[in-house]
Amino acid sequence: MTYLDLRAAVVATLREVAPEIDPSLLRDAVPLRKQVDLDSMDWLVFLVGLHDRLHVDIPEADYGKLVTLADLVAYLAARTPQEGTASSGL
Amino acid sequence: MSDFLLPSLGADMDTGMITDWYPEPGSHVSRGEVIGVVETAKGAIDLEIWVDGTIGDLLVKKGVSLPVGTVLATVTEAGEAASAADGTGADFPSPDAAHPAGAVEPPTIVLGPPPLARPAESRRHVTPAARKLARDLGVDSDHLVGTGPDGSVSMTDVERAHTEAGPPASAGEGPPMDIRSAIAAAMSRSKREIPHYYLAETIPMDAALDWLASANGGRPISDRLLAAVLQLKAVAVALRDFPELNGFYRDGVFTAVPAAHIGVAISLRQGGLIAPAIHDVADKSLEQLMHDLTDLVRRARSGSVRSSEFADPTITVTNLGEQGVETVFGVIHPPQVALVGFGRVVERPWVVDATVGVARVVTASLSADHRVSDGGRGARFLRAVSERLQRPEDLDIPPRRSST
Repeated sequence: MTYLDLRAAVVATLREVAPEIDPSLLRDAVPLRKQVDLDSMDWLVFLVGLHDRLHVDIPEADYGKLVTLADLVAYLAARTPQEGTASSGL
Repeated sequence: MSDFLLPSLGADMDTGMITDWYPEPGSHVSRGEVIGVVETAKGAIDLEIWVDGTIGDLLVKKGVSLPVGTVLATVTEAGEAASAADGTGADFPSPDAAHPAGAVEPPTIVLGPPPLARPAESRRHVTPAARKLARDLGVDSDHLVGTGPDGSVSMTDVERAHTEAGPPASAGEGPPMDIRSAIAAAMSRSKREIPHYYLAETIPMDAALDWLASANGGRPISDRLLAAVLQLKAVAVALRDFPELNGFYRDGVFTAVPAAHIGVAISLRQGGLIAPAIHDVADKSLEQLMHDLTDLVRRARSGSVRSSEFADPTITVTNLGEQGVETVFGVIHPPQVALVGFGRVVERPWVVDATVGVARVVTASLSADHRVSDGGRGARFLRAVSERLQRPEDLDIPPRRSST
């Protein structure tokens, strides 16, 4: 998956939790929870949604690394089966 | 033959509008079955029936705002001849003595305990966004053909139906009052009638959060627990020793309820707040509570809360820590007599054995009704909640039957 594919998957999952967001206004480098009203339940449902969609299990210990949309996409890219792409080695 | 009445689902409900009705005359209905949907200020609520029987005459008028207590249908109860049909909702057997007949609110109807098992999903899944859009456009989202995943109804389906249907049918006398008016009515009544007192206690959370991190470490993401379930369980278990905080105050009389049916304050994305109940919290495992909480939040936001969940919360817990504040002093939801609030978990200097260290702490608050309890007892209750949270492993008991 490309960065844009993964980003689209993340945004689509986010919209299931927070249908009111306008995806065109999301900024990749700004903390996600400053842009979208997500409580801890929403966050967990969001991560479960990512797991269901991309089959990546995100341990609780890693939550702190996942602040921005860019963080999430990079984290998922390193853990999603890549076809013809070198692993980023994270 | 008894009457099935439009129930009052909380002190803030005077009217409701039936938007869906499933059983035909002559249909058999089972206790706990969802037989329709009532649109209230709090959103769409699944209406459950509490008797086994056969539907007689259908008197329900759909799409019209009806006062609480309106007869919706007659029901012939299975294997039983008119045991109690006094017209005040006696066809809903009272689960315990906690609900005196004749209530303060316009005919408050006491719904029975929750069904042991929920009948199969009686409605197709409608995504929250689609439900919201459908409501705004006046489209009946429950009877659309869904083209989303697993046949779910998506915004696209709603938009198409709206386009095809043309202008929506007139909504009778209009929808019930909006959620802001409903909150205003209930909270004004609370502040007018309930002499609140407020207490707060700082609770160390290291033990609970360390236990939680360890417990979640071995779990797949779909089974992970939130700190909120530890807090709910701690409140429920502590309440066993403080019956004066758990129950209903009606007509000048307080009635304690043995079971802790905790109303969980859930903010809605379109604005507003509802607090439907998780039943029997003290008797459930943390896994079960997490499942129930996740399910309740999902359904609250998609507008498919069940009538029993609104009818009988015995206390409310609110967690405003998610919004970043350290302390919340809540307003009691009548006819309840207490509300527990949890703030944000923060790191603070903390003294243990004469040594200052850093600890994660949370401020728990209690708003309680001075007609029923006093500050001394309230203070001891908050201490008890704190003590329970210091032994999180004890909160993780398997489900068992209540001994009281």
